[in-house]
Amino acid sequence: MENKLKHVAIPSSEITPKDLYLSRRDWLKMAGIVSAASLLAACAPRPAVVPPTLAPGTGSDLTDELGDPANTFEQITSYNNYYEFSVDKQAVNPLSANFRSTPWAVEVSGLVQNPKTYTIEDLLKLERVDRVYRLRCVEAWSMVIPWTGFELNKLLAEAEPMTSAKYVAFTTLLDPEQFPGQNSPFYPWPYAEGLRLDEAMHRLTLIATGLYGEGLPNPNGAPLRLVVPWKYGFKSIKAIVKIELTETQPPTLWNTIAPEEYGFYSNVNPNVDHPRWSQRTERRIGELDRRDTLMFNGYGEEVAGLYEGMDLRVNY
Amino acid sequence: MKKEWLRVFVHMLGVLPLSLILFDALTGRLSVNPIQDIEQRLGRAALYFLVASLSVTPVYTLTGWRSVLPRRRALGLYAFLYASLHFITFAAIDYGFDIQEIGRLIVEKPFILLGLTTGLLLLPLAVTSFDYFIRTMGRKWKSLHRLVYAAGVTVIIHYAWAKKGDFFNLRGDILKPLLWGALILVLLVLRIPAVRRGVSRVRQRIIGNGLIRRFAEK
Repeated sequence: MENKLKHVAIPSSEITPKDLYLSRRDWLKMAGIVSAASLLAACAPRPAVVPPTLAPGTGSDLTDELGDPANTFEQITSYNNYYEFSVDKQAVNPLSANFRSTPWAVEVSGLVQNPKTYTIEDLLKLERVDRVYRLRCVEAWSMVIPWTGFELNKLLAEAEPMTSAKYVAFTTLLDPEQFPGQNSPFYPWPYAEGLRLDEAMHRLTLIATGLYGEGLPNPNGAPLRLVVPWKYGFKSIKAIVKIELTETQPPTLWNTIAPEEYGFYSNVNPNVDHPRWSQRTERRIGELDRRDTLMFNGYGEEVAGLYEGMDLRVNY
Repeated sequence: MKKEWLRVFVHMLGVLPLSLILFDALTGRLSVNPIQDIEQRLGRAALYFLVASLSVTPVYTLTGWRSVLPRRRALGLYAFLYASLHFITFAAIDYGFDIQEIGRLIVEKPFILLGLTTGLLLLPLAVTSFDYFIRTMGRKWKSLHRLVYAAGVTVIIHYAWAKKGDFFNLRGDILKPLLWGALILVLLVLRIPAVRRGVSRVRQRIIGNGLIRRFAEK
């Protein structure tokens, strides 16, 4: 158990009973509270709507399971790779300000027993989890991000994949009016990503619908996005409108653009080098020194089994 | 004194990128990844001044405006200054003088090797930019300074390869490198003697020799 604590991403929801889970506002309140008794007293039931009372990003006590503090709300929402809005990471936040993420529907289809189109409200009824995950971008920077959402396997269980289903394909909304970047002819829009079914069913694989206990901000892929913490960030597709189960490996955007650089798997791997950028080290946003990049972004104990017997140099 | 305004203007342009970076740094306007932000902005500034120095002769060819010619040296030296700051930021701040890692990166990553190549092409040009060398090297000086054309090619590939996409298949984030590359190509083509003579002749027929000069210098 001691050993596990070091390596496994323990969702905060598994430590704290869900009804006692603190909203972010309560976390901030908690900063000055020392005794356990008063701590419990502060655990009021979560209100339906949590108006941010403090400026987001003023700090929190959240850390990942390795003890590294979460990045601030401001950092997480002001530095985003979201080419549908802009190739400039800082331009995404202002450009996405008026993005309409409601109403929103997600089609779950393909090789499933129960195809269905879900509204975002339907999806928010799935068992909610809170996860503090590292996000490692292929550009060699990283953040620690407190997501809320649901495990993708919960949704797939409802859909009941057929035995022939081997992969899960995800598609982003195609709407050049809202996504000016989709007018660029240099990309095979819409953004598409994919996972092997066992990767998609893994308990770490998350569909995020919130950040810091509030709704998912537009620059981060509102209203819902994939989060696969052991893979490079571009695998975690944003603003999903379609989840389709397939028998063959689905095409993905970056793999289509430059297959020798962006493999289908794209697991974080400091030993398999990207032909252009070194993946040995990374800069954690908010830090000045580089850190060594961890195999599978530090989730190896949980996910290495998925790739047993595979040559990760070939399947990069 | 009358001709000084262009010199002053070039130096104002020259310190502008650095001033903007310092201003943004002091007022907290850099991105949340400030080292990379500074590194990339310095690199882009180097590109801008390299293109500006490469455009001096074509501007003269197209307009007959002689006063731009003496400004080429300052533009080239600003390109070298920003290229140097770009490299220092990469080596010292980004990689903390980790010589071993920097060496590995240069060997392994063609785009970093091309950036270094561009810097090394500019180095002898900066060193020999003084009047003394222009006087003493004679013809050789001119040949040596043609290295800047090669730098114009390597810098674009360096820039394009630093971005996500596939420059040679026109896929991904390649729009800006493509536009800057096209501009450099035009600037190089305008130097081909036959092209240059042709453009010069057309220009003289349309606007004469001294019109722009009279307009620009009153």
